[in-house]
Amino acid sequence: MKTPSRFLNWLRGLPTHLILIGLCLIWILPSLGLFITSFRPVQDINETGWWTILAKPKGYEEFQAYCASCHGSDGKAISNADLTNPELVQNYRRSFALLTSLNREIDGQIHMGDTPIPDDKTTATIASYMRRISGIEARPKFTLSNYIDAITGYRGNSTYVTDCAAGNQSVDLYCNIRDLTNPRGMGRAFINSLLVAIPSTILPILFAAFAAYAFSWMDFKGRQWMFALLVGLQVVPLQMTLIPISRLYAQLGMNGTFWGIWLFHTGFGLPYAIYLIRNFMGSLPHEIFESAYLDGASHWTAFTKLAIPLSVPALASLGIFQFLWIWNDLLVALVFLGGKYPVLTYQIGNMVTSLGSGWHLLTAAAFISMALPMIIFFALQRYFVRGMLAGSVKG
Amino acid sequence: MSKNGSGILRQRPATPWLYLLPSLIVMTIFIVYPGLNTFYLSLRNIDNTSWASTACKAGEACWGVFENYHYALTSTIMQTAFLNNIKWILLMVSGTVAMGLLIAVLADRVRYEAFAKAIIFLPMAISFVGAGVIWKFMYNYDTGQVQIGLLNAIVTSFGGKAVSWLTEPQINTIALIIVGVWMWTGFCMTILAAALKGVPTEILEAARVDGANEWMVFWRIMVPQILPTITVVITTMVINVLKIFDIVYVMTGGNYGTEVIANRLYTEMYKNFQPGRASAIAVVLILVIIPAMIMNIRRFNEQEATR
Ligand code: HEC
Repeated sequence: MKTPSRFLNWLRGLPTHLILIGLCLIWILPSLGLFITSFRPVQDINETGWWTILAKPKGYEEFQAYCASCHGSDGKAISNADLTNPELVQNYRRSFALLTSLNREIDGQIHMGDTPIPDDKTTATIASYMRRISGIEARPKFTLSNYIDAITGYRGNSTYVTDCAAGNQSVDLYCNIRDLTNPRGMGRAFINSLLVAIPSTILPILFAAFAAYAFSWMDFKGRQWMFALLVGLQVVPLQMTLIPISRLYAQLGMNGTFWGIWLFHTGFGLPYAIYLIRNFMGSLPHEIFESAYLDGASHWTAFTKLAIPLSVPALASLGIFQFLWIWNDLLVALVFLGGKYPVLTYQIGNMVTSLGSGWHLLTAAAFISMALPMIIFFALQRYFVRGMLAGSVKG
Repeated sequence: MSKNGSGILRQRPATPWLYLLPSLIVMTIFIVYPGLNTFYLSLRNIDNTSWASTACKAGEACWGVFENYHYALTSTIMQTAFLNNIKWILLMVSGTVAMGLLIAVLADRVRYEAFAKAIIFLPMAISFVGAGVIWKFMYNYDTGQVQIGLLNAIVTSFGGKAVSWLTEPQINTIALIIVGVWMWTGFCMTILAAALKGVPTEILEAARVDGANEWMVFWRIMVPQILPTITVVITTMVINVLKIFDIVYVMTGGNYGTEVIANRLYTEMYKNFQPGRASAIAVVLILVIIPAMIMNIRRFNEQEATR
């Protein structure tokens, strides 16, 4: 009795599992494609889709159909015509030479015997397959060179490593540690993104913590309406503030400076930060503060020794939210820093327009920009989700 | 605020202001001033030397000092942008909310709930720019034989003709909206899932015992119970969608008929150097957003109060 009903239950749950797993697959597939592609050699990327990585390399099937009957499926069966020997294959680099050999007679017999001779195009595919298995043009299935090229901002036709090894360095590359900070590279952009995001996260939270303490535990005139006004300021959208500020910065010479963007993010992040921290601080138990005050603690002590340590969960959620918001922001960076200090998002946006389909660089670059958010996401998922949700009302 | 009086330490009258001052100064400079200034600029001409009415040409329709609004509301490109934003709102909001709800309901019944949710939520962690690259690759279109973009590979493997998803009018805006849905479904799902967990199980069980099938339980009980949350999610998404910029900027640059309001604002200001027009667009944008914002904050406060 028990087994069938359990089976029935399982059957009833099946559609749920199928739909859910299907959706999860659809959701993960685009990122997976980017991730895999970023590790493939550039020729492979443009030759085959990323989903074929588990398939045999190009030309394998043709080789099996035409040549394997005598040369063996690995090409090594005939000892004095080992098709994996680079010295031999070197003579047949061009498919024309190979075709001639296939048409030639060997010891009075037609080379290929009963097997039909492949056409030009197939021969070319087989020739390239032979170059590959013989190691003349061997390329690994996966490589790190896309990442190296993206980080250093290499734009040549080969790879950074081979070019540097051969001694032909491009104009603005030095083939040493300095290339990590090439203005066109993702390495520099990563540093710039950190330089923008860290102060722009700390400053508003610091200011907001002070203000939030005042709103929760101090008594002063106008406290209520000032807080209401502040909540109201959250509705002002970013787009509303960009134009006057960039005009102001132009007059002060602050366009393209870190101070400019730090202050902008601070100002724009404050209303929400104060709102969130105040709600948290204000809901801390009264008794703690009351007894502290009775013991003669000043506001400063209560703030630094009580309010701040107790508000760590709220501060952490807010910090993660603010940091990622800035890390992922394009618009503000575009307007206030532009190409002077390119951040990750700016650099990628630029590469998309200038490289067209340089997928090996684009995919690596995109993944570099996503790595940190993903680490934060997996390591601090609880805070992250909470911060994201609480941040949803932000302007 | 309930705790005026006893608990609060007496202090010198200046102390609160010391705590508040840094925030107040920064907010005044970066939010209050620019907010007001944008209104003013929207009435000015191209180099802010006089009122916008000087830009009027004889014999053409003119809105006087509101000439920039004339442009922001009636020019062809802005009409395209408005139309596209409406498409975005209709498709992306319904897409994210429906998907989010579906996944929230389904995930609630399986043991790998946390894992499934993490996968759906993951795109929230990455930038629009990163998502733009991911999806540009998905939509990649090759004129030759091999398609390295997954979508076109699927289309051609079924014998279809490869589509240039991002330049084909009509299709391209929808292609961009799909990226938005992919990114924001996780957000809707998380909020809705939290609300669903709040629906008392007794009510659901009672309905099931009475013979209601899952479909009826969903529509007659779950949905009405979480309706307030659904409204919050919808308004939040409307606000987000109205401000959508990065996806369009990275993937099509607003070309091929994919223009949206926020991208137009950027183009007018930083490519055409028309601060007056850009400001007018900003004002239009905030006028559209404010009602949704107010609704949202009110709802949010109500929920906080009842929690
Ligand atoms: C009917 C059997 C047969 C088939 C099919 C065949 N080969 Fe050969 N192949 C031979 C033999 C036998 C030799 C000569 C070995 C020797 O030199 O003694 C040879 C030699 C070669 C050589 C070396 C020629 C040289 O420089 O000495 C190449 C290259 C070669 N084959 C390529 C191919 C390729 C590519 C195909 C498939 C398109 C193919 N063969 C199909 C039997 C075959």
